[in-house]
Amino acid sequence: MHPIIKLVSQRLALGLLLLFGASALIFGLTEALPGDAAQAVLGQSATPEALANLREEMGLNRPALTRYFEWLGGIVQGDLGQSLTNKLDIAESIGKRLGNTLFLASVAAVVSVPLAIFLGLLAVQYRNRWPDKLISAITLTTVSIPEFLIGYVLVYFISVKLGWFSSLAMINDTMSFGQKLYAVALPAFVLTLVVLAQMMRMTRAAILNLMQSAYIETAELKGLTTFQVIARHAFPNAISPIVNVVMLNLAYLVVGVVVVEVVFVYPGMGQYLVDSVTKRDVPVVLACGVVFAAVYIGLNMVADIVSILANPRLRHPK
Amino acid sequence: MNEQLTHMTKEVTAGKLTRREFMGKAAALGVSAALASTMFADAARAAGPKKGGDFKMGMSSGESTNSLDPASYASPVPAMNGRLFGDTLVEVTPDGSIEPRLAESVEGSADAKVWTFKLRPGVEFHNGKTMTSEDVLKTMERHSNEDSKSGALGIMKGIESMKADGEYFQVTLAEANADLPYLMSDYHLIVQPDGGMENPGDGVGTGPYKLETNEPGVRHLFSKFENHWSDEGHYDSVENIVINDATARMAALQSGQVHMANRVEPKVADLLGRAPNLTVESTPGRGHYVFIMHCDTAPFDSNELRMALKYAINREEMVDKILRGYGSLGNDMPINVSYPLFDTSIPQREFDLEKAKEHYQKSGHDGSPIILRTADGAFPGAVDAAALFQQSAAQAGIPLEIKREPNDGYWSEVWNVQPFCASYWSGRPVQDQMYGTAYLSTADWNDTRFKVEEFDALLLQARAELDPEKRKELYSKMGYMVRDTGGLICPMFNDFIDGISTQVAGWVTDPNGELMNQYIARKTWFA
Repeated sequence: MHPIIKLVSQRLALGLLLLFGASALIFGLTEALPGDAAQAVLGQSATPEALANLREEMGLNRPALTRYFEWLGGIVQGDLGQSLTNKLDIAESIGKRLGNTLFLASVAAVVSVPLAIFLGLLAVQYRNRWPDKLISAITLTTVSIPEFLIGYVLVYFISVKLGWFSSLAMINDTMSFGQKLYAVALPAFVLTLVVLAQMMRMTRAAILNLMQSAYIETAELKGLTTFQVIARHAFPNAISPIVNVVMLNLAYLVVGVVVVEVVFVYPGMGQYLVDSVTKRDVPVVLACGVVFAAVYIGLNMVADIVSILANPRLRHPK
Repeated sequence: MNEQLTHMTKEVTAGKLTRREFMGKAAALGVSAALASTMFADAARAAGPKKGGDFKMGMSSGESTNSLDPASYASPVPAMNGRLFGDTLVEVTPDGSIEPRLAESVEGSADAKVWTFKLRPGVEFHNGKTMTSEDVLKTMERHSNEDSKSGALGIMKGIESMKADGEYFQVTLAEANADLPYLMSDYHLIVQPDGGMENPGDGVGTGPYKLETNEPGVRHLFSKFENHWSDEGHYDSVENIVINDATARMAALQSGQVHMANRVEPKVADLLGRAPNLTVESTPGRGHYVFIMHCDTAPFDSNELRMALKYAINREEMVDKILRGYGSLGNDMPINVSYPLFDTSIPQREFDLEKAKEHYQKSGHDGSPIILRTADGAFPGAVDAAALFQQSAAQAGIPLEIKREPNDGYWSEVWNVQPFCASYWSGRPVQDQMYGTAYLSTADWNDTRFKVEEFDALLLQARAELDPEKRKELYSKMGYMVRDTGGLICPMFNDFIDGISTQVAGWVTDPNGELMNQYIARKTWFA
């Protein structure tokens, strides 16, 4: 078997095992939270009678292990089940939410990844001179300000005062691609500011490290321009660490943006998960948790595989 | 000046003058902005509703877990959905009387035990079926049978039997209750086809708007239902948008992306009201913020200690600082002037450190800190209010220790469990229901453990009493009992504060709930 295929299949199997572990952990922790879905739904208006009826209806009277394995049995057959609280099909609800989250993440990624790498390269070329310092100063500032603050400031000036963009980034199926892009402009911008710095700094650091190598010196001595040296000789060798940090940030864009979702009222996965945890809607929490875990595991796998493909020594092991 | 104003209001009614022009001219005539605003609203209302437009609401308190099943409603967003697609048999009007809706008339027997609702003929559901008394009967059964998990289960308990008979729906009670029509106005009791027995969450009802899109926690879109029975529902579509974050909600309102927002925070209300395209409507209601003590748990089993704490709270300061003036003083009873049959002669309890000290000494409390539990979610400003209470109690020598609890699980782990905590009540349409829900010995939500036989007897007596004067007297007695012996510390009644775009006409102040008792999308129109 080709070593790459072998590696991918090994990783996939390990990933599945990890997902299983993650789901068990999430289930255990959600169960350990005080109260249950019936109590959370009825809230202040819970009477013992209504509580008992609701528990019966939600099937919460059965032992935890039974419920977990029922859920596991369902998911193996591709059935995510029904929400405990609103009886809606989880696969359908998650499908919409995940689509929205991925859309916002993609828009932010399409802008931020090339921009971060380009700025990183620029910083290397002008290292320790004013463009380098300016790029570092700006990106480090934006990453240091909490994203909700950037969000509110943008909403105040750009939506309320100037009226250029909508402060509600609500998207739905009836909108065209262009309308959707317009709607997510502000949150995507905020997310770009948040993830830019780490990727930029990593690109800069990885390439600067390589610039000390002998083969770079050779390239310089044979008369290549600085940019050619960086793009053709340094960058390919720096791909591995850069891809790793890019994947980490992509994962963040998918699973870690609940604050931005709240500020811009974006119908993504984060708010869905938070609501479900608050209401102890275990099947939904599990489904979201598994999706998030899958995103993390998947992106990390991609990072590893790209690192290997980018490195001839790993690509052709002796 | 009067002539000119009259002329101007006529022009508004004829649709010739916009709000901005009217306000400008009125100001030039020396009319205050508040008065001019009212005059404009009256004139615009006189013009009659205009049809059309897409109405967007920015609403707080909706979750991804919300269902359209009326039995499950416990927060504003789903309750608003119910108002849009459904109707109740009767409703309480802003002045506190009963307005027939799906019922054409209501009649009680002389002993107030048998109540007959004559149903409106020809009311159509969104699925094309015509409403029958069977639908009504099944709806009420679903909310009251033994499998029920309805939020209205508590108020349906007193019903002995129900029957459907042609165009009549009849309720027979175990005990007399003169307020039954008020109970049937509960927002959970939306009539559904076949009572919603099969599919309670399908959102099919008799309301002026029918469901188009249901995305819990995101938005709920409704369009006009042409065959609706009443003259309400002037918009082409209504969108109930969930915006839980207060800052985001206000930004959406200010930038014109929504036409109204509920739950305006008192600290930004003044600021918001200054925006030219908005009005802030503050409605005194029956909701109140409270600190509750369990009367049967030490040290709160001593009425002297309870009285000491009641005298040691500075109500004026609370209304000033926690509500920023958007509210009124509480009087340690759950009832205020917004209720029918309220005795206004009951004296207001004052902040009195001398009396607090006196009662505290008499209680013989050992001086150990008294633990007061609070959380941000107990009511807006509950943590700050607890701190203010701690300060004022300290002046009377009463040591309070504040324990801040997480919001998550507060209603299941702290409220109605711990002996002293912060909480809120949203009030009920009538005194009987409020007292019956939380002050009757046997009530599930008796969160002050106030168990007094004499009080229970008075409550039942008042319930069966049909003479309003005598009922008022009985309620007054009960008010005094809760105020002077109960476990309720009620420093303030909060107003509902809503932000409304000036494009919206037809606003009516309704103390029964926020947003015109949630009828805003049905009863207003675009000016």
